[in-house]
Amino acid sequence: MDIGFWVSFGESTIRGATPLLLACLAGLYSERSGVFDIGLEGKMLAAAFAGAAAGVILGDAWLALLIAIFTSVFFALLHGIACITFRGNQIVSGVAINFLALGLTAVIGNALFRMGGRTPSLGDARFTEVPNYFEGVPILDPIWSLFFTHSLFVFLAFGAVPLTWYVLFRTRFGLRLRAVGENPAAVDTAGISVVLMRYQAVIICGVLCGLAGATLSMALNAGFVNNMSAGRGFIALAALIFAKWRPVQAMLACLLFGFLDAAEARLQGRELWLIGEVPVQLIQAMPYLLVVVLLAGFIGQAKAPKAGGVPYVKER
Amino acid sequence: MNKQLPGWVDYGLLPILNLIAAFLVAGLVVLAIGENPLDAVGFILFGAFGYGEGFGYTLFYTTNFIFTGLAVAVAFHASQFNIGGEGQAYVGGLGVGLACLALDQTLPWYGILPFAILGGAAMGALWGAIPGYLYAKRGAHVVITTIMFNFLSFSLMVYLIVNYLKVPGNASVQSRTFEETAWLPKLTWLEPLVPGISGSPANLSLIVAFIACVFVYILIWRTRFGYEVRTYGANPEAARYAGISTTRVVVTIMALSGALAGMMALNPVMGEQNRIFLDIPQQAGFVGIAVALMGRSHPLWICFAALLFGVLYQGGAELAFEMPTINRDMIVVIQGLVILFAGAMEFLFRPLIAPLFAPPSAKAEAA
Repeated sequence: MDIGFWVSFGESTIRGATPLLLACLAGLYSERSGVFDIGLEGKMLAAAFAGAAAGVILGDAWLALLIAIFTSVFFALLHGIACITFRGNQIVSGVAINFLALGLTAVIGNALFRMGGRTPSLGDARFTEVPNYFEGVPILDPIWSLFFTHSLFVFLAFGAVPLTWYVLFRTRFGLRLRAVGENPAAVDTAGISVVLMRYQAVIICGVLCGLAGATLSMALNAGFVNNMSAGRGFIALAALIFAKWRPVQAMLACLLFGFLDAAEARLQGRELWLIGEVPVQLIQAMPYLLVVVLLAGFIGQAKAPKAGGVPYVKER
Repeated sequence: MNKQLPGWVDYGLLPILNLIAAFLVAGLVVLAIGENPLDAVGFILFGAFGYGEGFGYTLFYTTNFIFTGLAVAVAFHASQFNIGGEGQAYVGGLGVGLACLALDQTLPWYGILPFAILGGAAMGALWGAIPGYLYAKRGAHVVITTIMFNFLSFSLMVYLIVNYLKVPGNASVQSRTFEETAWLPKLTWLEPLVPGISGSPANLSLIVAFIACVFVYILIWRTRFGYEVRTYGANPEAARYAGISTTRVVVTIMALSGALAGMMALNPVMGEQNRIFLDIPQQAGFVGIAVALMGRSHPLWICFAALLFGVLYQGGAELAFEMPTINRDMIVVIQGLVILFAGAMEFLFRPLIAPLFAPPSAKAEAA
């Protein structure tokens, strides 16, 4: 195994971690404000479809990206209206959004393109990767291709980590956001609207999920296929719990799950030293297994924001 | 919000309004695609009821949804949200299938049936009880753990089927077919009533599903344990003060919920395909969420809600055939809308309706 193998391994890890990280940070904003969101998967899927479909029809990647984000925000607002305004059950609403997105993308995709739910290939209307300017230059070549031959979304995702940390822990908005997820009554007493704070969080969540979805259909692939998110929204949720709702740890968790994803393809049929052949299914199940073990309390304890899942009622 | 309304408004009118809203939006989607929603309804109804075989398929799907709906419902009574029906039904299929594989050469179907039910229920119960235990002992939210257990079951079952159950030399990823004597009988005795029904996979599991409904009704409303469950569901704090053990209630109810989901596998494994195969539940576990919400967690209404989704699943196939612009995923959209309106937005119409039916005392207060 030469250096090229490890560089491509690292590249796939970063690439695979990107949609997870964007969705994970999306969930972080929402859940820190006290709105549980198991609809990350659905929003990602809807955005992936909207981005690809708009890209095919309009032929403009940036416009398509905007449409992807708006679609995701639309679903996020639906979640917000159900859970914040109508005080419905946040889990039920998330489940509903997942099904709506899964069904609508397939039905509309089929009606628009008649390709069994797929969209045609995007062609030029996609986000390409930064080329490798240092092809063949020693040292610089592997470093550049590992860290910089990526699409826009990779830089956005990893850039969002320090930004999220700063917003959450160093700004007034972040303080209020965290407070509204822990003790909304106290925030209300301070004269800040709980409803407004939560809507803001849900919209940020929508924007980030939109980026995550666009990553799938407009950068990692050149088009949409049925159920393209394939459980990534749930892996992002797993990463969020694994990171105990903190941004930097979220990045590490997503990198870990991205690494497992990249390893899966590379381990198929290979004998590992001391272990022998690892079943592919075990690697696929790893993120879920790790979260169950974490939740069982074997690796510290994951404590969700205290007011998460509880609709806020101003007066009793 | 807290105004008292007559029971029939709360339990009859509002759910129906929610349902109508869900179907209206679904109709708008059909309209947006450029088809006539009423024609679509016609195709669905014809596909589901128009001929014997179609009706049989409707009953076949209904059977699945009764089981998974009951599974979600019993957990709801203890205010637990079991999203893991899909995974529990999948591993339940392993239990049912292994019982059949082990006994099909020695026993006829009625001899195997108790073991198959037990096998499916036990595997499902295990898959439900672990999340229940993690909640009771470690405070891990059941929603999250059951989602994770769904994915774990997918990986586990693929691994087991590919590595242990697959017939060597056969390309298809499934176990060997059971001996024909082990197959659950089809509903052939309904043939005089519904000609053509024996061509469909509808089978004896439907009767087992009805028995499960009666069992759930008695357990939840007529036993001491059911009382504890409902008490815990209404107010866990109060239940704890009354000496009701959280661990006992949550672990037992999650095991029961898993068992009901696991028993669903009887229908496809022992009644239809007669082997262990990939993706046994085929989304039925998730449909159970919509069924339980629509059926308000009561076995009788769950049967009707299950029938409605049975109609949609079978009729949806017909619809996709007759209207190529609409594919079967339309059902998933309807499913999502039902969950949204009957579940998440159940309070949507309450403020609108409440003034019309407010009892005189409340009106006097307002005045």
